[in-house]
Amino acid sequence: MGFMNLLKHLLSDDWGVHPDDHKRPAADAPVRVMPVPQRLYLPLQQHLGGPARPVVLVGQQVSKGELIAEAQGMVSAPIHAPTSGTIVAVSEITAPHPSGLTLSAIILEADGRDAWGELPACVDPFSLSPAEIGQRVAAAGVVGMGGAAFPSSVKLVGASRAKVTTLVINGGECEPYLSCDDRLMRDQAAAIIDGIRIMQHATGANVALVGIEDNKPEAIAAMQRAAGRGDVVIRPVPARYPMGSEKQLIQVLTGTEVPADGRPADIGVIVHNVGTALAVRAAVREGKPLISRLVTVNGQCAAYPGNIEVRIGTLAEEVIAFAGGLKGDGLGLARRIMGGPMMGMQIPHWRVPVVKGSSGILALDASEVAAQEPNPCIRCGRCVKACPMGLLPLEMSARIRNQAYDEAIDLGLKDCIACGCCAYVCPSTIPLVQYFVHAKGELAAQDRTKLRNDATKKLALQRQERLAREAREKAEAAARRKAEREAAAAKVAAEAAAVNAQTQGESA
Amino acid sequence: MNSHVLTAQPVASPHAHGGNSVGRTMFRVQWALLPATLFGFWLYGWPSFFMWLLTVAACVGFEALALKLMGAPRIKASLLDGSALLTGWLLALTLPPWAPWWVPVLGGFIAIIIGKQVFGGVGQNVFNPAMVARVALLVSFPVPLTWWVHPLPGGGLPAPDVVEGLRIFLTSLPVPDAMTSASLLGHAKTEMARGIDLLHSLGGESSRLQSWFGVRAGSFGESATLLILAGGLYLIACRIISWHTPLAVLAGVALPAAIAHGIDPARFLAPETHLLSGALMLGAFFIATDYVTSPNTALGQLIFGLGVGFVTWVIRSFGAYPEGMAFAVLLMNALTPVIDRFIKPRILGRDRQGKPLDIPEGQGA
Ligand code: SF4
Ligand code: SF4
Repeated sequence: MGFMNLLKHLLSDDWGVHPDDHKRPAADAPVRVMPVPQRLYLPLQQHLGGPARPVVLVGQQVSKGELIAEAQGMVSAPIHAPTSGTIVAVSEITAPHPSGLTLSAIILEADGRDAWGELPACVDPFSLSPAEIGQRVAAAGVVGMGGAAFPSSVKLVGASRAKVTTLVINGGECEPYLSCDDRLMRDQAAAIIDGIRIMQHATGANVALVGIEDNKPEAIAAMQRAAGRGDVVIRPVPARYPMGSEKQLIQVLTGTEVPADGRPADIGVIVHNVGTALAVRAAVREGKPLISRLVTVNGQCAAYPGNIEVRIGTLAEEVIAFAGGLKGDGLGLARRIMGGPMMGMQIPHWRVPVVKGSSGILALDASEVAAQEPNPCIRCGRCVKACPMGLLPLEMSARIRNQAYDEAIDLGLKDCIACGCCAYVCPSTIPLVQYFVHAKGELAAQDRTKLRNDATKKLALQRQERLAREAREKAEAAARRKAEREAAAAKVAAEAAAVNAQTQGESA
Repeated sequence: MNSHVLTAQPVASPHAHGGNSVGRTMFRVQWALLPATLFGFWLYGWPSFFMWLLTVAACVGFEALALKLMGAPRIKASLLDGSALLTGWLLALTLPPWAPWWVPVLGGFIAIIIGKQVFGGVGQNVFNPAMVARVALLVSFPVPLTWWVHPLPGGGLPAPDVVEGLRIFLTSLPVPDAMTSASLLGHAKTEMARGIDLLHSLGGESSRLQSWFGVRAGSFGESATLLILAGGLYLIACRIISWHTPLAVLAGVALPAAIAHGIDPARFLAPETHLLSGALMLGAFFIATDYVTSPNTALGQLIFGLGVGFVTWVIRSFGAYPEGMAFAVLLMNALTPVIDRFIKPRILGRDRQGKPLDIPEGQGA
């Protein structure tokens, strides 16, 4: 606890937490490039939004960079073959998700040649219109590389329409253990700056602010050297979790707050990650799709922590083996995490593929996880102080425990960004985030049920109306037929009468 | 492909913890109380040690009994977190140092059973258990609860040894008059009742320097103002408590005291006398800051603290009892849910009422 932190604590300007960052030595180790594995497992849903739709057949030969699944819907991203080879199956595999649920994925058998297919021509990005840049970024399947994996082109195109003035670049990397962005900034600063300029051109933002936490002096220095004195400004920010969260970073860098029901674009800001800048540059300048990424392998159990460049679709198991395996063959391994320790997810086993948004593979031992039985809340208020959104986690969790979800919403449940600060500081180790995630899931389910009920009700109503109409029509038809029949009968009777009369007359 | 089964129940993030625990928090608070307590032992001798020991033991014992009767799981873990121990410790510090054995036992019963477990245990109680016990004892047994022995090292009398101390503690024989005296606040109040104003009654009273070091009659431990203050500052430095409540309590007493004293020094005590006497420091740093029974926002804590301070001053100046800290704390405890209901932190991106901030003109798609 530094003096400044103590001062901030006294002034209550102390949202968030200061976890032990565990970034070194992994951050200082040079990047290792992992060779293409035998098989790649490419889930169709690697991003937020609709899953991609496969456009290849089993048995088909594909070259590196070839489109194998296309975007489906407004918010979606295509997937490309990370290497050349044969499609062997489209089937279900364990998804990078704690539930251990399966997702459908394309399985690609590498042929070892790793030969590029035809790529879109290289062009000067600054001669392209924003819409054209957006198209190239969309076609390359670029998504947010920081973890959320929101399709980048959607944000870029939206921004150019929304009169965005400030491009915020997130180099915060506030999650402990992770250092892939740090490494990118140290090693490829010039390319990142180029990518930032391209995004600036695409969005029409007149200034780009790069926020980098001050625990990465090397990255700050490299980026400052590369940026020069242009309109890309490198801004060191205090190391504090969750500095890299969109709303927090915007507030620290621009001093404005994103309205609770708005998006950053509403206040003229858009946020992208440094890794995304690099991917955008590759897509626009070289026409290369997103097929590989830097992943941090870390944790007490990892024998040789460091950053590894891997193809999308590589199993975590193989990444770890390449990185040097686990200490003592995984003895003492307490939890497997994909992503960072604060917001990442636990995975049930290592046979889970790296996807576009995977920033880390962590093998944590019991002391790091510090799992403990929860105790009753002692109302110490630490969670309130830590919450970067200004919520009352203790009150929300108490409401959720009583299933009073509406009250939890009134307390701001929907503003919760699931950052985990509250649970991190709770002395009673109450799994607060679990409550919030559960409640949000419940609410979503309720919404769905309500929608379904409404739909059912509507259908029932329609059916009733239809039946009523049919009955009415039937009755009318029957009445008509009856009237016709009667009319006909009357006519017959009249004719008969006439005939009778005639007969009678004749007989008379 | 799916031959791997789930090995463990999925756990929500975060997968790391700051390492803070209830036990550690309570331990630090006890650590902060230690200097003042040791000083109290030195000041009041063996009887005070037995009193302290039995109060703590009674609280822990009643806690264990209550948990057992209710069939609570993990009794040992709940006891080891130290909250019952802390309740006992705080209660002991507010009792007369030579209180006889039944006072701690009864106090422990009231604090734990009535003050805490009846409400549902840890985190559920509305009132500070130690203060509930203290007030209940004071109201029911005013005489033994205001038996302030003269501090021994300063009193010139021979200190009782272990056996003698135990005898005093167990037999509750009246202590010789020579050994008792009124606390400063009590003295001022009785003298005033006799029509002697403060300017005269306090003339021969202990000097201010002496009260800083606590060498004068009062309840066990709470008089060692300086040591209590040091413990409190330590708690602020290691972030167990924030500065808001203690500062507000002190200000809540000092401000009205300064004004009243300025107007009529013969009728009202000076603010520094208020600050240095009785339970004020202990109350400000250790009792009003109790997590469970105080608000959990900074602004709420300021309001709470000012309330405690002001009510304390009012009771001391106008009430029937010379000391009002415990009553003030209980009163504000009752108001805590109200404060918490109306004072909430501002959510990022919303105004204080919880409505989303406006989207600026000329922006937005
Ligand atoms: S941090 Fe935990 S124990 Fe403290 S108030 Fe929040 S939920 Fe309760
Ligand atoms: S309540 Fe939500 S936003 Fe606040 S600290 Fe907890 S997880 Fe983060």
